Amino acid sequence: MSARANILRSSFAHAILIAYTILALYPVLLIVINSMKSRRAIFNDPLSLPTRETFDLVGFHTVLEQGNFLLYFQNSMVVTVASLFFVLLFGAMAAFALAEYRFRGNLLMALYLALGIMIPIRLGTVAILEIMVAANLVNTLTALVLVYTAQGLPLAVFILSEFMRQVSDDLKNAARIDGLSEYRIFFTIALPLVRPALATVAVFTMIPIWNDLWFPLILAPGESTKTLTLGSQIFLGQYVTNWNAVLAALTLAIFPVIVLYLIFSRQLIRGITKGAVK
Amino acid sequence: MGNLTLDKVCKSFGTVDVIREVDLAVNDGEFCVFVGPSGCGKSTLLRMIAGLEDITSGEVKIDGTVVNTTPPSQREIAMVFQSYALYPHLNVRDNMGLGLKQAGQPRAQIAQTVERAAHMLDLESYLNRRPAELSGGQRQRVAIGRAIVRKPKLFLFDEPLSNLDAALRVQTRIEIANLHRELGATMIYVTHDQVEAMTLADRIVVLRDGRIEQVGAPMELYKNPANEFVAGFIGSPKMNFLDAPALGVAGKSLGIRPEHLALSRDAGMIEGRVSHVEQLGGETLIYLRADPHGLITVRLFGEHAAEVNDRAFVTPDMARAFHFGADGQRLSM
Ligand SMILES: Nc1ncnc2c1ncn2[C@@H]1O[C@H](COP(=O)(O)OP(=O)(O)OP(=O)(O)O)[C@@H](O)[C@H]1O
Ligand SMILES: [Mg+2]
Repeated sequence: MSARANILRSSFAHAILIAYTILALYPVLLIVINSMKSRRAIFNDPLSLPTRETFDLVGFHTVLEQGNFLLYFQNSMVVTVASLFFVLLFGAMAAFALAEYRFRGNLLMALYLALGIMIPIRLGTVAILEIMVAANLVNTLTALVLVYTAQGLPLAVFILSEFMRQVSDDLKNAARIDGLSEYRIFFTIALPLVRPALATVAVFTMIPIWNDLWFPLILAPGESTKTLTLGSQIFLGQYVTNWNAVLAALTLAIFPVIVLYLIFSRQLIRGITKGAVK
Repeated sequence: MGNLTLDKVCKSFGTVDVIREVDLAVNDGEFCVFVGPSGCGKSTLLRMIAGLEDITSGEVKIDGTVVNTTPPSQREIAMVFQSYALYPHLNVRDNMGLGLKQAGQPRAQIAQTVERAAHMLDLESYLNRRPAELSGGQRQRVAIGRAIVRKPKLFLFDEPLSNLDAALRVQTRIEIANLHRELGATMIYVTHDQVEAMTLADRIVVLRDGRIEQVGAPMELYKNPANEFVAGFIGSPKMNFLDAPALGVAGKSLGIRPEHLALSRDAGMIEGRVSHVEQLGGETLIYLRADPHGLITVRLFGEHAAEVNDRAFVTPDMARAFHFGADGQRLSM
């Protein structure tokens, strides 16, 4: 009786989840299938799968031949991974300090760092551009890494300090008695214990950076520093848009994110369930 | 070598005074137990000795040297925590050896020291396991092993047995006592367990609200408590405090231990009714309700039959009773 009810309930839940998954994946799927069709087929029948007649990889050819696609790809990768690294490193360090040490202004500092969550960094674009011009960093990847690090830090500090507080005091104290430095305690004890939280933060930080168009356009529009998102814009003209190329570029852009996500997701799931049980 | 002196040690968290002017001298080789109710500052005091907590004022001396600003790793102390605090990513061998490695000892020597400690604690077959693969008791032995290998001047224990089940607690308690005999090291041990305090200590320090209430050998505290608080805290079951004016004796309350009360069915000093009986085999605890004294615990040896609501009389052995004044201090008789 109750087993039956359970099956009913769980199939109902699954139905909802499956429906949601389809809904969320549908646009992505549409991009992928249309990237492999001829231009005419995209417009005539955008919802159908590529058939023998409509199958056409011209978009991919255009993307790979025209423009410095591989360079853009590399730029995006460098910017995302470097920003991610700095956000996680500095975010975790700040979180450790806020959670571990009692000092005057601790709470104020935490609030100040969290303020960035509520104020979008784009409001400061003009000032940021002025700083970058003054520092001679326009059209460098460094500029993007700096901005994205600043953009990702508030949320990272906020989430991680909560997790850092849960790292056992006794453990840290035992390490202090054993003579480990505060840095060793941070790297060898605290950091591994908050790994699920790090993965969560990594995913949240990574996606907006990878997809961003705004800052690359303003700070690094030069050919050698274009990111993938910005590079793809050449196919979007004012009058004519090369849809094959745009869709192919988008399809290619999805893969690195999926790979990074898969790396973090195991940890992420652990992070979510841990938060739920505690 | 390993004596400890606390000189007017104070600790405040903001405006809250947690430790107030504690003076204490622990001799070399002594087993000193801190007891007191929850929140009285036992752990804080221990952490101040370890150097994990700053000292607001006063001095902590180890072997006559002031160590107020010495970092924990250089105080030649070792600490065992209630939560074991083993490094989750290291196996037992590395957990025990980390401190030595950090101090720059040669690898061969570390291995030898760890082996010897493992042998002492029966941990030899677990050396390559991680803490997650050990039982609670084994984890606590590893934590003790980690303390031993450092060869400290001072062992600090913060309620090391309170996460273990009753049988294991007794066993580990005996192991710690043996360890103390073998090593002859100075040990400071925090607990709120009566029995641990009484059985392990050379001297007990009773704390309340960050102050020392009394310091003395276990039997000294049992036989000669300075005030009502210590009298009530040491000894199990707890001492009875009878209404002194109602009995016509001096002071505000009359303290009498459950084992120093005589029970009779027919006649006695205080009349009451049995409200509960606990048969423990070797002894029987009988709880009597008697106005205006409240609940009186009587401890009898052997088996005794008693029914709830029976009428009974108790008579205190006045030679072993304690008189306390209105301020809780002992009145000299
Ligand atoms: N970091 C802190 N900030 C403020 N107050 C604290 C801090 N640490 C401890 N205290 C306070 O100090 C008092 C003593 O705490 P402590 O942990 O030493 O008690 P304890 O005697 O060990 O108690 P228990 O037997 O429950 O372990 C408590 O009232 C506690 O609230
Ligand atoms: Mg405590």
